[in-house]
Amino acid sequence: MSALSVVLSDARLVAVRDLRIEARSRVVVEQVLPFAVTVLVLFGFALDADHRALRNFAPGLFWVTILFSSLLAVQRSSSLEAVDGTETLLRMSGISPLGRYLGQSFALLIQLLVLEAVLVGGLTVLYGVEVEKWLLLAATGVVAGVAVAAAGTLYGALSSGLGERQTTLLPILVLPVLAPVLIGATRAFDDALGAAAVDGWAWTGLLTVVALILIVVGALAYGALVED
Amino acid sequence: MAIEPANPIFIPLGKRRETTGSRGSRLLGVVTLIGVVVLGVLAFIVTDADVRIHPTSGEEFGQFDAVRMLYIHVPLAVMTYLAYGLCAVASVGVLVRRTPWWDVTAHAAAEVGTIFCGLVLLTGSIWGRPVWNTWWEWGDVRLMTTLVLFLMFAGYLALRRTTGDPRALSRRAAVVALVAVLDIPLVNRSVEWWENRTLHQQSTLGDLKIEDLTLFTLMLGFLVLGMVLAWLLLHRFRVGWLERAALDYSVAAAIIERRAETSDTEAYRAVGDPMPDSQVAKGDQS
Repeated sequence: MSALSVVLSDARLVAVRDLRIEARSRVVVEQVLPFAVTVLVLFGFALDADHRALRNFAPGLFWVTILFSSLLAVQRSSSLEAVDGTETLLRMSGISPLGRYLGQSFALLIQLLVLEAVLVGGLTVLYGVEVEKWLLLAATGVVAGVAVAAAGTLYGALSSGLGERQTTLLPILVLPVLAPVLIGATRAFDDALGAAAVDGWAWTGLLTVVALILIVVGALAYGALVED
Repeated sequence: MAIEPANPIFIPLGKRRETTGSRGSRLLGVVTLIGVVVLGVLAFIVTDADVRIHPTSGEEFGQFDAVRMLYIHVPLAVMTYLAYGLCAVASVGVLVRRTPWWDVTAHAAAEVGTIFCGLVLLTGSIWGRPVWNTWWEWGDVRLMTTLVLFLMFAGYLALRRTTGDPRALSRRAAVVALVAVLDIPLVNRSVEWWENRTLHQQSTLGDLKIEDLTLFTLMLGFLVLGMVLAWLLLHRFRVGWLERAALDYSVAAAIIERRAETSDTEAYRAVGDPMPDSQVAKGDQS
């Protein structure tokens, strides 16, 4: 078995484990999703339910909501490894750190994609937004989701095991890193939702570069963190 | 009875040194202080304001007195890069060598670099108000990337304040620092890469488009603020090193104290060890 297939096999194991836990516990569905929808509703209240303003700002509001909600999903994901000595057991099991990183990131990505799909529906229903370019919307959603999952998994591992400080440290650490994702994804959604005349695909391309950098950095750094 | 750790490296701090200064650092401090005064006089009094005359309308234009802020702002920005660059190198050292020296260096460089980065944002904002007519420009890529850099290192310092295993903490901090410094090339090259999305002008130093006293003052700014950086780094490093020594000392003292407390009959019984005769005699007396 080659090193790559070992890593992929480990990643699949970890991803299936995380998704199975989510399917049984439904934390994302029952807690993160309602939180995200609540934030969308609160934005509507804050902007005085003005449909035109909401349509104009929908791309930015969408990605701010995704970033805030992803913090909860990341904390949930990293907390799975911090309880009952799971971290130690995983280290002793021989599962490669790279496999763990990729598996956790993939499981987080799936959850983020579900979140994004529900929120796009929320934009349509609550803000009266119409999608003009579905392919651009989908591509941006996937690429930005990869970037958020890659950074989230790394910083989730980094801030896990810090006790009560974890809840306050994670946003401080990860949100500045995700600022380029917010900018790029918002511009691409501006184009996809017809909110502004920009070249959405160029921004998605830039977003892809950011996502790749975050994956490479995360894959390289994760091992040093889980050695603790 | 006062308990002193047996290891000679754990000397009580008060007995060894009262300050973080040394003869060399005091000399550096005095020279730096003189340099700061000279720089202040040159930048804010001696050099001319940037006033130009429009060739057709004859009206005055330029940055006027605001240009004086650049003698500090630009060197501060370069010293921020240097401090964060040092932090990145030291962070690699933490991950590879795993010695406290690299860790204390990385922490010191990040802390001093963040102060400098904050001052870059502050002086830039003060300069921007009269020249750009705004304290803050959201459309400027260099401003955005510098702010993100500042926030990432603010997170780094927040992580540093957490408690726990120092070795694990130093590795985590090293990863955060190495991700954060990826932003520095973006900050530095943003005026070239996003020419139409920045109000910052491109560098004129390489082409030597500025000259005479202006150039001299700017160069002096680099030298003086470089010395300020070195002085602050030196002292912050020593404070960090003493903090570690104090922590090691208190841990060693606590271990010795604990051992002394448990060297009685009950402790031997608790761990199931056979009790030495001397301890048996002591236990009987008590």
